[in-house]
Amino acid sequence: MIIKTIEIIGRAFIRFIEEFGRVMFLFLATVAWMFRLPFRLHAIFKQMEFVGVNSLLVVILTGTFTGAVLALQAYHGFRLFSAESLVGSTVALAMTRELGPVLTSLMVTGRAGSAMAAELGTMRVTEQIDALYTMAANPIKYLVVPRVIAGVLMLPVLTIIADFVGIIGGYIVGVGLLNINSGIYIDKMIEIVELDDIFNGLVKAACFGLILSLVGCYKGFYTTGGAQGVGKATTQAVVIASVTILISDYFLTAAMF
Amino acid sequence: MAKAEPSFIIELIDIHKSFKGQKVLDGLNLRIEAGKITVIIGQSGGGKSVFLKHTIGLLKPDQGEVLVEGVDISRLNDRQLNDVRKNFGMLFQGAALFDSMTVGENVAFPLREHTRLKQHDIQEIVERKLRQVGLKDVAHKMPSELSGGMKKRVGLARALALDPKIILFDEPTTGLDPITADAIDRLIVDTQEHTNATCVVISHDIESTFKIAHTVAMLYHGKIIEVGKPEDIRSSEDLALQQFIQGKAEGPIQIV
Repeated sequence: MIIKTIEIIGRAFIRFIEEFGRVMFLFLATVAWMFRLPFRLHAIFKQMEFVGVNSLLVVILTGTFTGAVLALQAYHGFRLFSAESLVGSTVALAMTRELGPVLTSLMVTGRAGSAMAAELGTMRVTEQIDALYTMAANPIKYLVVPRVIAGVLMLPVLTIIADFVGIIGGYIVGVGLLNINSGIYIDKMIEIVELDDIFNGLVKAACFGLILSLVGCYKGFYTTGGAQGVGKATTQAVVIASVTILISDYFLTAAMF
Repeated sequence: MAKAEPSFIIELIDIHKSFKGQKVLDGLNLRIEAGKITVIIGQSGGGKSVFLKHTIGLLKPDQGEVLVEGVDISRLNDRQLNDVRKNFGMLFQGAALFDSMTVGENVAFPLREHTRLKQHDIQEIVERKLRQVGLKDVAHKMPSELSGGMKKRVGLARALALDPKIILFDEPTTGLDPITADAIDRLIVDTQEHTNATCVVISHDIESTFKIAHTVAMLYHGKIIEVGKPEDIRSSEDLALQQFIQGKAEGPIQIV
């Protein structure tokens, strides 16, 4: 019984290490191909549009309402000890440090990370990836590099937008609906939030962008087992990327702040 | 006048390949003659695709040598392998067209990758290759708008784009109606005559095999058990081979 348990744990651990090694291998190959000519600017822009521009609406909605609800919750708590004036800075800090990067990344994982896994997975099972090899075109260069670059570049951009609309959302609720003094609200925010809070949030966002694009591409690239396999790869990409983002968020935060 | 020695463009020597402990190729030996159509027949799941993938370096043998024009491609690095691959064109079973690109862009892809031709010249070659496989006015369409037979034609046009010396066909007639299948067979023969390329076809379609082949080889139990001209193969006394070409369920070949 005990031996069996150890066996199961051991096997799971070995599989984890194996998989982690393969992700790292894909990462290193991606970095190596990234700097090899010719650069596929067209493919990179296309992915930036897909990851970035097409995620705008969902990121704006998420950011605005997160900021708004934060203001609402903070107000009810802070009112108990007459600290309503700190609502603005609380919203701004939470958005720039945590919720902006994390929620944006989770939304983009659901939207674009899943699509990457599904697209590459379909290309794998319909032999399009093999076809690239036979035409002497490296699929990592062709498919993975543009997606990873787009992920790393666009997530900070989306995050800064989420931060901005989140603060606006908080302001609308705090000042507009709950009648906190506008001048104090903004003054406190400027006084407490520092440039570093915003900057570190953006660094996090870039890391999350790397995670979601790399995991999405990895799961897609090594898909096996037909349509069912593509479905499985897509689900796993979203789950693994989301969990990895949340776990790494802790460690990044611990290292930064 | 003495008959010229046939020259072999691809040689597979004692190839062994296993997947997860299961032996798929078990000492496979085959030499493929240049400028001819060689068809490899065998059961589904019997390692035909694995064989084909070895000839273009998509898979590496566990043991053995794959010689293309005398060079062992299983020992080449990526860059050298890519140079060898430029001599190949491959038509995949499902055509494997890039579905994010139009038909024209698909055919143009190898040209854009490996030549410095101007857009105008590429366009012209694409038109010509598509005409060669019997298609016109499709360049602007997306692969999803095409029928199975048309996809294969486009796949062939793409495989022909760089005028390869060797063309590989992965079950070209599988999943097509008999008329379309016959049209594809003719296209293979025409293409071979037109380009004088070496064609390697894997198939389990017996009728089509005898229509197109210069040489037939039978893959069974991970080995080539018989190679010869179509008429020799037909009259072979090997039981497994006879069972296969007559399409019988009873015989030495077990149904998996």
